[in-house]
Amino acid sequence: MPKIIVEVMPKADLLDPQGKAVANALHRQGHANILNVRIGKRIELHTAGVPTEAELAEAQKIADSFLSNGVIEDVVKIHVEN
Amino acid sequence: MKIGVVTFPGTLDDRDAARAVRIAGATVVPLWHADENLHKVDAVVLPGGFSYGDYLRCGAIAAQAPVTQAIVKAANGGLPVLGICNGFQVLVESHLLPGGLIRNEAQHFICRDQKLRVENVDSAWTNAFELNQEITIPLKNGEGGYIADAETLKRLEGEGLVAFRYLDGNPNGSVNDIAGLRNERGNVVGLMPHPEHAVEAGFGPDTASAMRSGIDGLKFFESVLKAVVNA
Repeated sequence: MPKIIVEVMPKADLLDPQGKAVANALHRQGHANILNVRIGKRIELHTAGVPTEAELAEAQKIADSFLSNGVIEDVVKIHVEN
Repeated sequence: MKIGVVTFPGTLDDRDAARAVRIAGATVVPLWHADENLHKVDAVVLPGGFSYGDYLRCGAIAAQAPVTQAIVKAANGGLPVLGICNGFQVLVESHLLPGGLIRNEAQHFICRDQKLRVENVDSAWTNAFELNQEITIPLKNGEGGYIADAETLKRLEGEGLVAFRYLDGNPNGSVNDIAGLRNERGNVVGLMPHPEHAVEAGFGPDTASAMRSGIDGLKFFESVLKAVVNA
C-alpha cells in the first residue's frame, strides 16, 4: 500500500526530554561516542493509490497545520513509500 | 447566567470546573466534544485533563473537535472562554492564544500549590482581582512549559497580555515565568494552574489563617459573572 511519510522533529533549540533520557541511558551503556539523541515522529498516511502531486500538496498542508505545531516542531521531510 | 463546561474524551476536571461555576452562582451547561452548538451559554470553561490521551500533541486533537470549532468562532465574536491546563493547551493549539506548551524543564509531572501574581485585571476572567495581587492555586502538569518566539514574547509583554506569572519558583521552565495569558480583546484567558480547585474553604490550598482555606480561584468565576452582566 502506498504511504506518504511525514517526519516531524522537535525544534533544534528546544529541549527534547525523551532524547536526553535515551542519550543518558546510552552513555550508561558505554556508548561515549554518541553525543546527543533527538526523538521525533514518523507519521504514515496510507493512500489508495500512488499519491498524486495534489495529494502530496494536501499532505504538506496537513503536516504543517495539524500533524506538527510550528511553535515547537518542524516538518523535516515528506516522502512517498510504495 | 449559563456557563458551558466542556468534556472531551479524557477530560478530568470538568466536574470540579462545574462545581466552581455553581459555587460562583452561575448555572452549568455541560458541553460534549461533539456538540456543534453552544446552547446559548454566556461563557465557556475548557477544563484540564488529558483530552484524547494527549495523542499527537496535548490539546491538538481537541482543537479540531466540533465543540472547539464552535467555541473558536464564538470567542472571535467576544464570548468569554477560560482554558485551564489542558484547556490552555487546547487554546494555543486552536490559535486563540499564541505560543506553545512543552514538557516541563525538569521532566517531572509537578503537583503543588503555586503562588502567582495577577498582572492583568482587564479581562473577563481577572477583573475581580487587584492588579499585582498574589494568589495561590493548585498546579499539576507535565507539559506546562510555555514558549513563544521572540517577536510574540515582545508583543505579549508590550501589550500587557501576560495575565499570570509564577512566583517563588518557576515550576516548568516557562519563558518569562509566564503562567497564563489573555488575548487582545480580554475575553479569552488560558493558564496552566487550576483555579477550579481553590473555590471552597476546606478543599483549597493552605493559607496563613487555616489549612485548606484558600479560595483564590473563585475570583476567576466571579470575574466572568461581572463581565457578562456588564457586557
